[in-house]
Amino acid sequence: MTVFIIRRILQSLAVVMVMSFIVFGGVNIVGDPVEMMVSDEATQEEREKVIRSMGLDKPWYVQYGRFVAGALEGNLGKSFVYGEPALEIIVHRIPATFELALAALLLAIVIGIPLGVYAGLKPDTVASKSIMAGSILGFSLPTFWVGLMFIMVFAVILGWLPSTGRGDTVPLLGIDVSFLTLDGLAHLFLPALNLALFKISLVIRLARAGTREVVHQDYIKFARAKGLRNSRIVLVHLMKNIMIPVVTVLGLEFGGLIAFSVVTETVFAWPGMGKLIIDSIQSLDRPVIVAYLMIIVLIFVIINLVVDVLYSILDPRVRLSEMKS
Amino acid sequence: MNNGAPTLQVDNLETHFFTKDGVAKAVDGVSFSVNRGEIMGLVGESGSGKSVTGFSILGLVDPPGRVVGGRVLFQGTDLLTLDPEGLRQLRGNRIAMIFQDPMMTLNPVLRVDTQMIETVRAHDASVSEDAARARARDALGQVGIPSPDERLKAYPHQFSGGMRQRVAIAIALLNKPDLIIADEPTTALDVTIQGQILYEAQKLCRETGTALIWITHDLAVIAGLADQISVMYAGRIVEQGMLDEVLDRPAHPYTRGLLGSVPGHNTRGKRLYQIPGMTPSLLNLPRGCAFKDRCPHGDGACDVAPEITNPLPGRALRCAHPQLDAGGRAP
Repeated sequence: MTVFIIRRILQSLAVVMVMSFIVFGGVNIVGDPVEMMVSDEATQEEREKVIRSMGLDKPWYVQYGRFVAGALEGNLGKSFVYGEPALEIIVHRIPATFELALAALLLAIVIGIPLGVYAGLKPDTVASKSIMAGSILGFSLPTFWVGLMFIMVFAVILGWLPSTGRGDTVPLLGIDVSFLTLDGLAHLFLPALNLALFKISLVIRLARAGTREVVHQDYIKFARAKGLRNSRIVLVHLMKNIMIPVVTVLGLEFGGLIAFSVVTETVFAWPGMGKLIIDSIQSLDRPVIVAYLMIIVLIFVIINLVVDVLYSILDPRVRLSEMKS
Repeated sequence: MNNGAPTLQVDNLETHFFTKDGVAKAVDGVSFSVNRGEIMGLVGESGSGKSVTGFSILGLVDPPGRVVGGRVLFQGTDLLTLDPEGLRQLRGNRIAMIFQDPMMTLNPVLRVDTQMIETVRAHDASVSEDAARARARDALGQVGIPSPDERLKAYPHQFSGGMRQRVAIAIALLNKPDLIIADEPTTALDVTIQGQILYEAQKLCRETGTALIWITHDLAVIAGLADQISVMYAGRIVEQGMLDEVLDRPAHPYTRGLLGSVPGHNTRGKRLYQIPGMTPSLLNLPRGCAFKDRCPHGDGACDVAPEITNPLPGRALRCAHPQLDAGGRAP
């Protein structure tokens, strides 16, 4: 197990290295930050001074080297717009996005798995067919439109839930969170549901497909022949088997939830990383973009690692073969 | 060996599969009974309905299949009219089943102890976890699994096929059932393991009075094991009787064909007998006797479905042309 984890960490480091190169290169191709930094009336001398101060007169490999050296010290440059270290700005926004993504993930599991298992166990009922039709809607309706509709219906027409911001937050272990206050929960619900909609559909389909497959396995029939209660067959024998693909996909999708909460955060004015990156791209705030991308890469890599470890806990066959290697 | 009512009495059982292409009568009027401590061999080729018969008894037939008629009396209770909860309490408790493929019957993600303890506690919640574990350990020891304490903590994939089938048998034995239905339990195993398991099954029935229905396509297995034998063809039992008598004097042309195609001492160097033709599709059975097209004696009389007759003492037969010449194996 330890060997397995160490090997995975080394692989992850390699991924981060390669990605830093791609991110740095990519951002350098897009737009010229100097245009942003100097005013239109600046003289050529002033321009060159700015260029030199940003190190943009050096060849690309020197720039990259400086970037990597800085990154290793946790310094990803100062934001052109805010004038503060880019990393700090992002880290400051992470809790909001994480909270939103976790809430969405929770909704996806709590809503998606029961519906999917039900649809798999009783595929021919009207309820199951409605669930599956609904999941197609969840897949195909664009997030921004659903978000706007949520605001229209629940915030504007019915007035039940607020439409923007995080609401009241309380510090938990030094991080501000919304879900511990009633007002914060009310603010969290709509964006989380909006972000979760696609994942709920995905989980429904995965859970249904898994259930349909597992239900016909001999070990389920044998469990029935042993006289087990239906609840135990479904909750233990069936669930533990279908959770393997669900956990894998959800783990990978969690990174996606964080990285692509951009739309939801914009629609609901949720002060997270997604909204920040959109603003930064619009103002070509290069250090923030780079720092954001690097953090997303790190998050993805860590999630993949966690999924692999979880996977081995769920599936004893994986655990043992990995242990041997 | 017959003291009182039979453990299991099946009367005119009918299980049909309602498919898109029509109704397949997988089990069509099957009757038999098994007494305490008795072993019945249920023999037939693939698709003859022998496994479905086993599943029908336990109410484990999956849609589109459905038991549509008959009675299944287990110690006097009709299982077909029992409510699902009542049936559940019998399953794995008074009636146990062993499946064909040991690689598939144990849940791959649950430890063996989990799968055994739950079987005990599903039927008697008052048994403590520790007591259930002790029973599981004893059952593993009973089927000849070495160091059962350690093996309890293992996952199914850490066992070989033969060991897994022993675990499945141990699970079937856990609650000391009155009836075990074994659906080709040794087919996937090699011959030595098969021999050991047969020996243990036989010993168990003699010692505990458990009745056993052994479903197989292998006549050699039945010959060394069973007390009585039922031969199935296309959803019907075509011949039934005490094992020795049926093997010595098969009266149905199909039974004769089956026995004739078993290699023996005096067949060396000769071509083995083969029943001509193929098993008919259950969706498109010939009118009357399903075997008539493959039967050397088939004629106009076979166009009417033959009723059950008793041409010999203790023998039930569905054939218009019973073969009563002594000893003849090949038709």
